This record gives sequence, structure tokens and C-alpha cells, in this order.
Amino acid sequence: MTKDEAKTRIAERFTGVQVDGDTPLVVTIPVDQWLAFAQFAKTTLGCRFFSFSSAVDWKEQGLEVIARVENVDDGVALMMKTRLGPGVSSCPSLVPVFRGANWMERECYDMFGIRFEGHPDLRRILLGDDWVGHPLLKSYAVDTPHPPYR
Amino acid sequence: MKDLQEWEQLHQRRPEGDKHSPLFESVTEGIHSFPGGFVVTTVADAFLNWARKSSVWPVTFGLACCAIEMMATFASRFDVERLGMVPWASPRHSDLMVVSGTVTIKMAPMLERIYDQMPDPKWAVSMGSCANSGGPFRHGYHVVKGVDRVIPVDVYVPGCPPPPESLLNGLLLLQDQISHFKRTGKRAAPNPKVD
Repeated sequence: MTKDEAKTRIAERFTGVQVDGDTPLVVTIPVDQWLAFAQFAKTTLGCRFFSFSSAVDWKEQGLEVIARVENVDDGVALMMKTRLGPGVSSCPSLVPVFRGANWMERECYDMFGIRFEGHPDLRRILLGDDWVGHPLLKSYAVDTPHPPYR
Repeated sequence: MKDLQEWEQLHQRRPEGDKHSPLFESVTEGIHSFPGGFVVTTVADAFLNWARKSSVWPVTFGLACCAIEMMATFASRFDVERLGMVPWASPRHSDLMVVSGTVTIKMAPMLERIYDQMPDPKWAVSMGSCANSGGPFRHGYHVVKGVDRVIPVDVYVPGCPPPPESLLNGLLLLQDQISHFKRTGKRAAPNPKVD
């Protein structure tokens, strides 16, 4: 499985998916095909290694969820991206496909407040349970009072 | 400016840090006010303070990279053990807490609990920029802007991180402060000595 093969496979299987870049292949996916694409990447493209997952806050354009998966045997890396749209904080979870996504998505929920649908245990992971807000959102004011510590 | 006012307000607050017995206080006051009694109290005071300052046991409590410098201070080259400081692994037997590193909001309750577990009289040294004011992480969402918002601090050691010489100087300043303990066991006014 080379990069070009991977590109053609993706183009055969998915129509609304845009592929850019070379290393890694940057794949922009509509949010409703997010889970299906992850399954496809794992089984067909052989990307069995889930590297990381994160998110970006594009302010009024909404949140973007990112995940990187790799086929370590053939050196193919996929950077999967999906836009959730303005005001939306719900995204399908990748945990049914990649177990390594569990804690990454918990951190993503902790920092960005993204609700991962289908996640088995969506709790805060880094911050305390009594924390208010999601600090990596652009709308979070870092001087929000947190008496007596801040 | 607002930060400075807040800092001063919080710095003034020392919640019943030094628990002392009112009976002991009244007895020593009585002896002290008795003609010639000051000889007894001052000699006893000097002896007790000598004992206190010669056996300051810091609790081994490292938070961040400053802890490495703290360990270097405790180790053979700088050797604070010659000053009577034995790093001890239990807060119940310790007199001093060296807050060495960034105090996060998640860690602050634990730090407060360890401080509360130490018996009185007890002291705290804030080591490094992070513990003094939050340092480079001051404007982060997760950092306590100075450990003096959590526990009362006696000596601030500046630096990022302070070298062992700085911490050693801070510990000597602390010993000097301890030698000014009042006869009732109350904390004296802060040390005017700067260097």
C-alpha cells in the first residue's frame, strides 16, 4: 500500500472526501462519514496505529477535530480532519474502531468540550471534576475567577 | 496594580498558623513582667530558638524543576545537613516546607493538606518564580498565582530556578527569622535583612 494507492482507494470509496498533502495525507472528511472513514482507514488502508487526536477552535467557523492514524508497515500516515460546523460540539467517537482514542477524546472533551457520541466513558481527564468551562476554547477567559487560587 | 493589591491582601493573611497555648502565654508573660524575670524568659527563649533553628527538618516535597536544585542543595556538595536540616519523608515530623515549583490549581488542595499535617511551629519557603508568583505560567488557566494564596510563606527565594546557593541563602535567612521567635511562641515581624 503506497500513498498513491491509498489516494485512489479513498477516491473510489468516498466521494465527499478531500485529500491533500503527501506526508501525511491530509484527509478532510464530512462529519457524518468520520467513523466510517476511520473503519475504512483501519481495515482497507491498514492504518492500525492511532497516533493522536486533538481539536482546533476556529472561532466563528466552529470546531475542527483532528486524528492521525498511521500504517507503520508501509509508511502511510493519514491526518484525518473534520469540521463540526459553527456552534456544534458533537462528534462521533472513534473508540469503537481505535481503543487508543479513549483517553485522547477524554482530553479533547476536557479542553474543548466536544461531546463524543458513542464514547464509553466521557469524563474529564486532566482537570478536576469541579472545573467550570473548557480552557482551550478561544472563548474561555484565562482570568476567569477561581477563588482562592486565581 | 490589582494583582499587587490582591497579593498584599493575601500576604497579610496568616490564618492561626502558629498554635500556642494561652496558658503558657500568660505564664511566660507573668514571669517576664516579674522584676528580673526577663532573664529567665530571654535565656529560655534563646535556648528554644537555638534548638528550633538548628533542627529545621524540611519535608521532601518537590513539585517541578526547582526540586532538582532543592535536591542538589540537600546533597553532598552543598550539604544543608550541616545546618541541621534533614530532609524527612513525613510531614508529621517536619518543620519546613520548601515549595519548589509550579503549584497548579489541581495540586493546591493537596499542598494545603500536607502543610496542615505538619506540626506547629512550621515554616514555608517559596522557591522560584513559579511558587512566588506563578512565574512564566502566571497567565495560564491552571496555575495558582503564587503559593502565598494557599499557605503563608516566610521566605521567598527568587530565580528560575534558584541555584543551590540562593536556596541556601534563603534557608539561612529562615534560620535568622526563627531565632527571632517571641517568647510566647508567636512569629516575629518579618526579617528586615535583605541579603
